[in-house]
Amino acid sequence: MTDHGDRPIDRIDLALRHDAPAIVPLPEVEVGSLTQLGALGEVQVRKEANLWGDAWRRLIRNRLALIGMFVVVTFLTIAVIGPGVHIGGRTIIPALAPYTESEVVDVRLARHPPSWTWPFGLDANGRDIFSRMMYGARVSLLVGVVAYVIILCIAIPVGSIAGFYGGAVDNILMRIVDVIFTIPQVLLVLMFVNWRGPGLVNIFLAIGLIGWVTEARLIRGQFLSLREQDYVKASRVAGASGPYIIIRHLLPNSLTPIIVAATFGIPTAIFTEAAISFIGVGIRPPMASWGQMVGSASQPGIVQTSPHMLLFPVLAIGLTMLGFTFLGDGLRDALDPKGND
Amino acid sequence: MLRYALGRVLWFIPTLIAMTAVTFIIMQLTPGSPFDVANANGITPEMIENLEKLYGLDKPVWYRFALYVWNSLHGDFGMSYAYRPQTAADIIQRTFPISLHLGAMATVFAIVFGMTLGILAAVNQNGILDYLSVGIAILFYSMPNFVMGFILILVFAVWLPDNGINLGLRVSGWDSPRDWILPTIALGAAPLATLARYTRSSMIDIIRSDYVRTARAKGLSERKVILKHVLKNALIPVVTLIGPIFAAVGTGSFFVEKIFNVPGMGKFYVESMQSKDQTMILAVTLIFGVFLASMNLMVDLMYGFIDPRIRY
Repeated sequence: MTDHGDRPIDRIDLALRHDAPAIVPLPEVEVGSLTQLGALGEVQVRKEANLWGDAWRRLIRNRLALIGMFVVVTFLTIAVIGPGVHIGGRTIIPALAPYTESEVVDVRLARHPPSWTWPFGLDANGRDIFSRMMYGARVSLLVGVVAYVIILCIAIPVGSIAGFYGGAVDNILMRIVDVIFTIPQVLLVLMFVNWRGPGLVNIFLAIGLIGWVTEARLIRGQFLSLREQDYVKASRVAGASGPYIIIRHLLPNSLTPIIVAATFGIPTAIFTEAAISFIGVGIRPPMASWGQMVGSASQPGIVQTSPHMLLFPVLAIGLTMLGFTFLGDGLRDALDPKGND
Repeated sequence: MLRYALGRVLWFIPTLIAMTAVTFIIMQLTPGSPFDVANANGITPEMIENLEKLYGLDKPVWYRFALYVWNSLHGDFGMSYAYRPQTAADIIQRTFPISLHLGAMATVFAIVFGMTLGILAAVNQNGILDYLSVGIAILFYSMPNFVMGFILILVFAVWLPDNGINLGLRVSGWDSPRDWILPTIALGAAPLATLARYTRSSMIDIIRSDYVRTARAKGLSERKVILKHVLKNALIPVVTLIGPIFAAVGTGSFFVEKIFNVPGMGKFYVESMQSKDQTMILAVTLIFGVFLASMNLMVDLMYGFIDPRIRY
């Protein structure tokens, strides 16, 4: 029998032997490290546990959230590599889509139903719907992300200043928010695009410059409740300035609702773009956008004869938003630090 | 309470004026004169000048704004450019009741079915009914209303008839009650889902609360417990939802009306967008804004009455 000599049981044996030294040396362990000593003096390494790790584990356990994550990841993948990634004239990732968005396959075959060559069929101008869907995914993703970044860039400063300083500043900012909030956002976006004309950048600006109000309110609410916390008071007593407290303490603690709001804000931006493109004021052909495809497919007469033109973009929009909603709900439950299962 | 109510009402008017100003300014900045369309008919520049004088388009902006506000308060929103010689007020008078009708039906539909679903789910917690209603709620909630509308059209107007089942639900027009069903469902589906979820979670909270336990311990029948104690208290968070529901129904009506060809204000708004009819756009935006703002105000004030715990 091999003599290990170093197992926990051996240490105990060693300690219990009559001729043992009085003190058994224990392995060196740093204070506060992830290694620690168990009851028998053996070395244990515990798994690192922090907020994000816990949240991730909780998220994975939620089946609906998993479905949502799967849908969102699929959507992201299609949006990025579907039309291909071309930078500076060189093709980094070749396109998955057989045709480009404006390439007309054959005008004579317009409105061709789904077949083996064209899985989703052709649209009214003879373009391949399958490829256009991928380009449309990219447009939706761009709009969702860029518009939301603009929203955050405005909402975070406004919300944090209003929430933290309160008083007159809060009042003025909230009045502005109220005025913008009173008018239905879709109306405002429509008017903005009406004014500035069609085009992707105008849509980013429209959704961003108008949609920030909801997030600003959210952040302000968070800050209002957080600023009474003790660590904020302690920070102030220690002499920290307002901006320092905001950036160093309050913002990181508001991260959770901001993330959850993002998973709901991005699909709202996507939906708004689809809605205005559907009306015809947003993305114009030949650029592809799901909303615009729905719009051109919903002309009377086309719906009955070529439902495939309507079906796929509608399903795409619905599924994408479904996925984001599931993911958002799951994230909200998972990131809840109170751990209410 | 009174101070809060007074404050809210007083702020209402400046908010409305600011809203009007913002809308007006954006409209003024929008390129595209209403006479661009008319230009195609070979109108000479002198005629355009005369027309502009007629519409008062040659005066400075602040003058036009003040004139507009004054006229609006008297109900005169100007003449519609695209539907001459009807005034914008005429068109609104014709179409607003229809939109109101649709909106009211959708709201009632959402409230009745949403609350029922939520109550059933809460009472049968973790049963099949619960999972079913939560599933339906999530499905309806995440699909925007025009997606819902199109799916309804695809199902009821394309596939079922193709397979021989003709339910006779039409997807266009607004004449008979049969036309009302599908637009109402499309418009009310998302609010229904939100209401169902909120009702369910608030009822679950209440069912677990102490006073309900007391009522049960006293020996009241389950039915009496639910009807007398739980329901009344469960309605409170629902009232807070009514404001956002109005907003959702209001904005959703644009798309639903366009899809189902309902001759309401939303459809005219969309068409005005496409034909650059500035007067109509401005008028509809205003009416919508005023309507929603008033609804929100009423809901906020009502909330203070209903919940006895709230003291401003």
